[in-house]
Amino acid sequence: MNDVAIAPAAACTPASFKSAVKPVWCPGCGDYSVLSAITKALAIIGRPPHEVGVVSGIGCSSRIPAYTSCYGFHGVHGRALAAATGLKLARPDLTVLVTGGDGDGYSIGGNHFMHACRRNVDLTYIVMDNHVYGMTKGQPSPTTEPDWDSKLQPGGTQVRVFHPLVVALAAGANFVARAFAGDPNGTAAIIAQAIRHPGFSFVEVLSPCITFRPEQKEWKSVVRPSPVAATDDPARAARLVMTDDGMNIGVLFAGNRPQYPLNQGKAAMGVADLEAEFRI
Amino acid sequence: MNSATPTTAVAKAGVTIALAGSGGSGVMTAGTLLLAAAAKAGAYGLMVRTSGPQIRGGEAAALVRLAGSPVETLGDGFDLLLAIDWSNTHRFADEVPLGAGSVIVGDPDEGEPPEVFLATGARYVPLTMKKTAKALKGSWVNMVALGFAGALAGLPQQALEDAVRDDWKRGDEALAANLAALAAGYAAERGVTPPIAVPQLAHVALHTPRWSITGNEAAGFGAIRGGVRYVAAYPITPATELLEWMAPALAKVGGTLLQAEDELASINMIVGGSFGGVPSLTATAGPGLALMAEGIGLAVASETPVVVVDVMRGGPSTGIPAKSEQSDLSFAVSGLHGDAPRLVVAPTSISDCATTTQWAVYLAEALQAPAIVLSDQFLGQSRAIIDPPADSGLRAKRLTAAANNPDYKRYRNTESGISPMAIPGTPGVTYTADGLEHTEAAVPSSNSKDHRLQLDKRERKLALFDYGDAWADIDGDGDAAVITFGSTSAAVREAVARARADGHKLRLIAMRLLAPLQSDKLAKALEGVRHVMVIEQNHGAQFWRYLRGNFDLPSKPVSYHRPGPLPLRPGELHQAITEWRKAA
Repeated sequence: MNDVAIAPAAACTPASFKSAVKPVWCPGCGDYSVLSAITKALAIIGRPPHEVGVVSGIGCSSRIPAYTSCYGFHGVHGRALAAATGLKLARPDLTVLVTGGDGDGYSIGGNHFMHACRRNVDLTYIVMDNHVYGMTKGQPSPTTEPDWDSKLQPGGTQVRVFHPLVVALAAGANFVARAFAGDPNGTAAIIAQAIRHPGFSFVEVLSPCITFRPEQKEWKSVVRPSPVAATDDPARAARLVMTDDGMNIGVLFAGNRPQYPLNQGKAAMGVADLEAEFRI
Repeated sequence: MNSATPTTAVAKAGVTIALAGSGGSGVMTAGTLLLAAAAKAGAYGLMVRTSGPQIRGGEAAALVRLAGSPVETLGDGFDLLLAIDWSNTHRFADEVPLGAGSVIVGDPDEGEPPEVFLATGARYVPLTMKKTAKALKGSWVNMVALGFAGALAGLPQQALEDAVRDDWKRGDEALAANLAALAAGYAAERGVTPPIAVPQLAHVALHTPRWSITGNEAAGFGAIRGGVRYVAAYPITPATELLEWMAPALAKVGGTLLQAEDELASINMIVGGSFGGVPSLTATAGPGLALMAEGIGLAVASETPVVVVDVMRGGPSTGIPAKSEQSDLSFAVSGLHGDAPRLVVAPTSISDCATTTQWAVYLAEALQAPAIVLSDQFLGQSRAIIDPPADSGLRAKRLTAAANNPDYKRYRNTESGISPMAIPGTPGVTYTADGLEHTEAAVPSSNSKDHRLQLDKRERKLALFDYGDAWADIDGDGDAAVITFGSTSAAVREAVARARADGHKLRLIAMRLLAPLQSDKLAKALEGVRHVMVIEQNHGAQFWRYLRGNFDLPSKPVSYHRPGPLPLRPGELHQAITEWRKAA
């Protein structure tokens, strides 16, 4: 795997990261913009598609890998971060992105989210948060308001919302940002910065679901650039995101915690040398 | 399979010794050294560890059988029970069957042996151990026990001393004291009157190197030999030692092991690692295997090779974590949702854990499918002296895609069912692997034709593959056959040998490849057979049901099945076979 031809970086335009597969998304879905932002970010990074892995679980936004021309892995619900961790550890030479939604990442995959932040493997995790399960047609997710009425939970869940950014900061993510799907160029810039930042980078993208949460169309009028620059102090960043209204966009935290050590595959001995310890 | 142990090998009776005591009394160390000394004297041996439920301390016993030929099972009873103390050792009564010909050795300062042992009619020989060790400043009581047990087995004192020296990590003064304690124990045995009469080991010159290895270590070694370089796993009894052996070993050969947050992560991590082109493995036990089911199904659908070693323990649920049972068979062969062809193999001895796990890596990689290795607690945690397992030469060799092919289709419908896999980093053949049903070009599809085509392809690649002769170890002739699989093969082999010695003509089929079931080969192996007995260690006769559900066995196949935690013993199987033959 180390002797593959390297395509010239000059070939990397946003279009070169798009596949011919037609998305299953509803017209007006925020995820179209996020897909566009990802391809723009990859063009900024400049590595060819075959050196990039895009890993996902299940959900509307988890369909993204097949819409790119990268090596994609569309796995099972909630386990995208695990599959991506395996890919990066086995192949440290690749750039690995993980994409998914709030149900996939914060509910069924919540444990992996926490441990991926702790572990700080050099991955970029892009969550398209629309506060709803779209693919199963409108159930509450961990980021859904407690009084949001649905068929499955009439009158609301009565459960407080999950705060992914605070959890990410507390668990040790090395880069935390909030982006808005309505601003694909700004989102692309944030994703590119997240990819370049060593360790585990987490980008929460507010990505409206106009089918099940039509009121999210209003997000475009309430989002604003974060009033403060990114900090390297997780406590300060956590205080900021716990007290804001969730609509401040930008890089909120860029830390300098050492990333998980990646094995470069150097063998100190041959397999036959392992036999010595068994010999009587 | 060029297993180092011939399938017909049956351990000569040899000598069986149980060393018991409370935790910290050093019985496990003594057992390991006894095994090493036997190897130095040219013998073979097996040591099974057993202990109470306490995390630390509590009662423990090393169950050892030594013989002049490879030993793969404990046998029926024990020649010697030597207890350093009697604290809770009565709990081992089921595991340490004694008879009138057995000897019980205990320290008179620790009180009388429990009634449950004395009631067997075994001869009691008191041996002052603690005081002896105390008198030799710096020595340990388990060395007195080792000397006595070694002398009883007929091992040369020199071999015992060499074993202690090889293992010694402390100063010379303490070594001298402990060798003196060993000598005292040895002399005490020789001084017993009338002498203890147990089978003595023949002294054989050691002409070939021998290995001391557990099944867990062997499986880990076989995996690395086969090419595994990435492991992600979650600790679980009795698989943990496999991982603990692999962690430093993988680092030495340029691989990586990661402790995952749970088994859901483990399986998906190795699927991800293998998608990246690196042969990947995880090890677990029943509860973990259950959690991994969805991820193994993902490996089936996305055609990603992975190896899952299941070191089986008593189930269901948490069950009996540190005891053996073959009760994950049904789950392994059928426990995935959807139509999900997978490979299931089962090593038939400790040595075979290396060979079969190596084979599993080869098969998984060649067939781009998950391979489950059904080891168990008995194989995994027991230590044996073995002839070094021959390297089959089988290595992970995946059919990969060449770069820059505009016509590349990841899931192309090839004749063999195996499609070239593009490895990330290869330009011009990128694709998205998918657990969703897909077209040949890897585009998600719910089309009936695509579904049928991919189902056929995934089934066909496993069905058409030539697995060679390794699918089972077969020997003997006659119109009656005994079929078993995996771990119980050793006890069945010994029982069949005894039944043959009684004059019964029997075929023995010890199956190693359980899925896909090799129906044609099984039919050939059963040509002329009219009576079949299926032997396994679980409560539900899972193997018997699996065979009957998938194959036309000769009329009224008999099942002999019993759950753990107690091992299937050659004697009970010999009796079952004898009664079955009489009834026929």
